[in-house]
Amino acid sequence: MKILKLIFKNTLRHKLRTFLTIFGISIAVIAFGVLRTVVTAWYQGVEASAANRLIVRQSVSFIFPLPYSYREKIMQVPNVTKVTYSDWFGGVYIDQSNFFARLAVDPETYFDVYNEFVVPNDQLETFKKERSACVIGVEIAKKYNLKIGDVMTVDGDIYPGRWEFIVRGIYQPKFKSTDATQMLFHWDYVDETMKKEMPGRAGNVGWYVVMINNPANASIVSAQIDALFKNSSAETKTETESAFQQGFIQSSGAIITSMNFISFIIIGIIMLVLGNTMIMSARERTREYAVFKTLGFSGKHLAGIIMGESLLISILGGVIGLFLTYPIVSGISDFIPRGMFPIFEIEPVTLVLAASAALIIGFAASIFPIQRALKTKIVDGFRFVG
Amino acid sequence: MPDIIKVQDVNKSYWRDSIEIPVLNNITLNINEGEFLALMGPSGSGKTTLLNLISGIDRPLTGKIIINETDITRMGESALAKWRSTNIGFVFQFYNLIPVLTAYENVELPLLLTKLSKSERKKHVQTALDIVGLSDRIDHYPKQLSGGQEQRVAIARAIVTDPIILVADEPTGDLDKHSADEILTLMERLNKEFNKTIIMVTHDPHAASKAHIIRHLEKGDLIQERV
Repeated sequence: MKILKLIFKNTLRHKLRTFLTIFGISIAVIAFGVLRTVVTAWYQGVEASAANRLIVRQSVSFIFPLPYSYREKIMQVPNVTKVTYSDWFGGVYIDQSNFFARLAVDPETYFDVYNEFVVPNDQLETFKKERSACVIGVEIAKKYNLKIGDVMTVDGDIYPGRWEFIVRGIYQPKFKSTDATQMLFHWDYVDETMKKEMPGRAGNVGWYVVMINNPANASIVSAQIDALFKNSSAETKTETESAFQQGFIQSSGAIITSMNFISFIIIGIIMLVLGNTMIMSARERTREYAVFKTLGFSGKHLAGIIMGESLLISILGGVIGLFLTYPIVSGISDFIPRGMFPIFEIEPVTLVLAASAALIIGFAASIFPIQRALKTKIVDGFRFVG
Repeated sequence: MPDIIKVQDVNKSYWRDSIEIPVLNNITLNINEGEFLALMGPSGSGKTTLLNLISGIDRPLTGKIIINETDITRMGESALAKWRSTNIGFVFQFYNLIPVLTAYENVELPLLLTKLSKSERKKHVQTALDIVGLSDRIDHYPKQLSGGQEQRVAIARAIVTDPIILVADEPTGDLDKHSADEILTLMERLNKEFNKTIIMVTHDPHAASKAHIIRHLEKGDLIQERV
């Protein structure tokens, strides 16, 4: 034996109850893992931000454009090494559910600034030369089974019309946190069409991306850029890419906070479920604990038996839950629009949190039954009728 | 034979809310080594309480209990637990075997607190089960045994550490006559062959007749001695 064997046998004493408790813990761990994965996916944009990139946007709102003419002025600001720009194109590819970022960009500079989007040189050169060309992330190519030379037709909404783009490049993400679900094409191509059809909207970009020589200069450069356009019809707000991404997240702050809160509420609930199981088990075994004490077993032994059983149940539930979280997260990842959460994976921190939570639950759920078993006098234990 | 158990002026009360209920009044009792004593009396007379005090699972309000020259009323909880594990064997009315353990494992339980090796433990367990005549039931779980067999396993568990004293609380109270006789015969044998000092609480005059001495308790007083 021996104590371990006893713990194992005790765990199997009420098979249905143990199974249901383990099942409950597994479900809770899965729910915790999925919710945490959603929360971490939300923050992936911040994770992927580069410290030496600044975003210049319209000070009123990100949705208002900036004049293309700002580009040259921004280039003159000290410590700026490169400037590129992009514009949110929107539109519908096949149908509304196929959400991913579609951006009109400067083909000459965009991939210099976003060097984590790795495009083979020959593809990049072809892309730069052809106005209706586009570069897509490898995830988009996989999902829609696209290859070089295929035509992607997008129905414009912000920029009305039926737009056809030829896939001339497929980029690979340089880092795990790099978004591989974007579609990038020539800003010129869009702007020329606007000049013909809606001249009032031509000559504008969505935002500028500014590369600086040293992240330490971010605040000085930001202030200098914003000062350039002060009192103009389109004042700017310049911030680090990370702050810009944080701004996006803050708009969904209540949802993320709720998810975080719910994930920990789940842990609390399952702690009560396991605690209830352990209290019932310990109550049923009051006489047995009296026998153990009578035979000379110490409080330490009893605590070990009770805590061991609680930990065994919580660990089993935790392991099964974590094991099942992977295929479930993978299934969700396939189900949600690719561009909504470009990186939707279980982070190591989620695993550590879930495993720690299972252990803490096992430990905490045994405290009250242990306390009760130790406090009950032997003679009272023998008189106990459960 | 020297006195192995000396109970001196022991009082014990229980409290129900704030009301004190006296259970034992100035009990003084000496028991010789190798004695077989039966404690009789009506329900609520304090028999089991006296047995619990002698075996160190309860404490008196006042008075001393000296077992084999050791005053157990002065011992701390953990010392008392250790003392019980080596000096006292317990037999209960409802056997109190652990249902998820086999007969072998139940008997082995007290030995887990000793420094004996696995093979030494095995030897002790087999000897104890041989004595009670259940060597062929070692892998049986309590629910696979009859009441009499369960009680014999409980006795094997009580003697496996070779304690000097056996305390038995209504050991035949839950058994049919045949099984009860088997248990009583076994207890007589343990007393005679292995020189165990036995204190047995019983309602049953037939069971008590196997003892050398019968002491009666009534309303917490020890009232009669018959040799």
